Amino acid sequence: MPPERRAAVARGSPLSSNGAGPLLAVDGLAVDYALPRGLVNAVARRPREAVLAVDGVSFTVERGELLALVGESGCGKTTTAQSVLRLIEASAGTIEFAGRDITKLGSRELRLLRRRMQIIYQDPYESLDPRFTVERAVEEPLVIHGLGGSRSERAALVRDAVARVELTPPELFLDRYPHELSGGQRQRVAIAAALVLEPELLVADEPVSMLDVSVRAGVLNLLDGLRASSLGILMITHDLSTAARYADRIAVMYLGRIVEIGRAAEIIQNPQHPYTRALLSVVPRRDPRDRAKPQILKGEAPDATRIPSGCRFHPRCPVAIAECPTHDPALRQPREARTAEHQAACILA
Amino acid sequence: MSTLLQTDELNVWFDLPRGGTLHAVQGVSVALEPGERLGLVGESGCGKTTTGLALMGLLPSSATAAGRIELNGLDILAGGEETMRAHRWVDIAMVFQGAMNAFNPVKTVGSQIVEALELHGSSSGRAARAQTGELLGAVGIPPDRAERYPHEFSGGMRQRAAIAMALACKPSVLVADEPTTALDVMVQAQILALLDGLCRDFGLALLLVTHDLPVVAQLCDRAAVMYAGEIVEEGPVEELYHDPRHPYTRLLFAATTDLNAEALPVSIPGAPPRLDRPIAGCPFRARCDRAFARCEHDRPLLRAVGSRRVAACHLNDVPLSLEAVR
Repeated sequence: MPPERRAAVARGSPLSSNGAGPLLAVDGLAVDYALPRGLVNAVARRPREAVLAVDGVSFTVERGELLALVGESGCGKTTTAQSVLRLIEASAGTIEFAGRDITKLGSRELRLLRRRMQIIYQDPYESLDPRFTVERAVEEPLVIHGLGGSRSERAALVRDAVARVELTPPELFLDRYPHELSGGQRQRVAIAAALVLEPELLVADEPVSMLDVSVRAGVLNLLDGLRASSLGILMITHDLSTAARYADRIAVMYLGRIVEIGRAAEIIQNPQHPYTRALLSVVPRRDPRDRAKPQILKGEAPDATRIPSGCRFHPRCPVAIAECPTHDPALRQPREARTAEHQAACILA
Repeated sequence: MSTLLQTDELNVWFDLPRGGTLHAVQGVSVALEPGERLGLVGESGCGKTTTGLALMGLLPSSATAAGRIELNGLDILAGGEETMRAHRWVDIAMVFQGAMNAFNPVKTVGSQIVEALELHGSSSGRAARAQTGELLGAVGIPPDRAERYPHEFSGGMRQRAAIAMALACKPSVLVADEPTTALDVMVQAQILALLDGLCRDFGLALLLVTHDLPVVAQLCDRAAVMYAGEIVEEGPVEELYHDPRHPYTRLLFAATTDLNAEALPVSIPGAPPRLDRPIAGCPFRARCDRAFARCEHDRPLLRAVGSRRVAACHLNDVPLSLEAVR
């Protein structure tokens, strides 16, 4: 997109970015969900029990950086992303976007903020309206936010966004409906509809897990390239191979906490938390000779309604020691860290 | 070892609602020995699931199957539905994609397995309940969980239960369609270890239908790569990865992300051809990075490449000396 057009879209934002500091700084984020209490407890007026889905999560995303949040279902990675976008409310902690705490913003300011942080979902079959052409789907966010000026200016912005996601030439795609597109093309349209607003942060929630293998790489490479325009990306994924290849940094989550965080290469090659090590050992490799001995963790997937005492990983940990059931380890730099920002929450690290 | 299950020139056509036919499976020949694990891989729509359903005799009424499906040397397709029914679940069983979500929510998991056992006349009453406990134990579920309802099971447990149900009649072949696709990596590893154990300990033959090449690389002995309804390459997984003899196999591996790979994965441009019209030449040529004139009009046949492998690509006909030059 030509710079003057981008400026036209970016105009009129009351939330001035100061440029310095991280794009996104999440500090001590906690999110709880009230559990349904059932009829008996409701009649007895017993208080609702709450589940801490996210419990003290801190991380930053720089401009032009891709941070991957990885972990199993129920670890709180999607909840974390949704609270960053304020789609759900945090119960504690701060979320600073471009230097400003956004956890207390009112609805009007929130609307202006939403333009600057966009999300793409796992399933492009569900996130696109089947009755909208590509052109309408990509134009809609501009209309909703009252951006893009005249009709012809909007059309030009839409065309640019469609070209940016490599649906070229755009003319070939603008009049098509979702059912006329492949899964990869649909996800590209969803990305175009996010990019047309010129966001500064893009949250990508499992962006390729529903797509065919043959097209996944194309969508990931596209996201990878967007960082060059200083877009910050928070990618939620359960796939460590994707995180290994595309993320600048990786944060591994377990039961609502970040248990290890650092540069992607450091986490993959020099993991210090036993959970990260186990996760890495079970990632299938494409080279059959590379059949690693998987370190399969016993027991059920983590359950936020029953958080273990001490280190919450200790019941499944293969190397737990006597202190682990009582000692709740904080994130700190492990002894064998090779980079300064590497942190792990394990008494043995 | 003798061949347990074998297809010979299996073809499946679907009648389309607006007329015409779709040739979903085109001359597929695969063989499985007891305890062997064969991966059937390819993109959506390549015919891998349809092949699995054909083996079970569970194709919809709009489909027509032709060719041979031999079980212990007997052509069960020729015998029609009656023969297929006699072998379905008893000799060949299938775990369907999403089977873990197919349990009836208002009945306990155990009672649903008991029902399956009674339906097939394998056992009834107390014996069926005892056998259910054994089946659950074999897939790593404590037998006392039989009294629980599906919603009380985690996704991984439901998938184990679905496998237990498929194994109810002690089949010799299990077709597993994307058995780990919706699961987390750790649960996936548990299910793969379970399938591995069933093949090793009970000599179960596994046909693993999946789009996930790394899963096949980890679990299977051999793999058959399907494209546009046909097998384009088949052989030991290791040889397929280290020395692919069909460009599609090579590009499919190159499109996969890997923990240790240096290179960026690369998408395969374009899309598979439509299967509702005849295909001239090589079906992969439009997406192939090595296509040449002959590929336009001459459809490559599946031919032996070395002793343990077959591939359908004209490049394999080029003499070795030329190969070195190219």
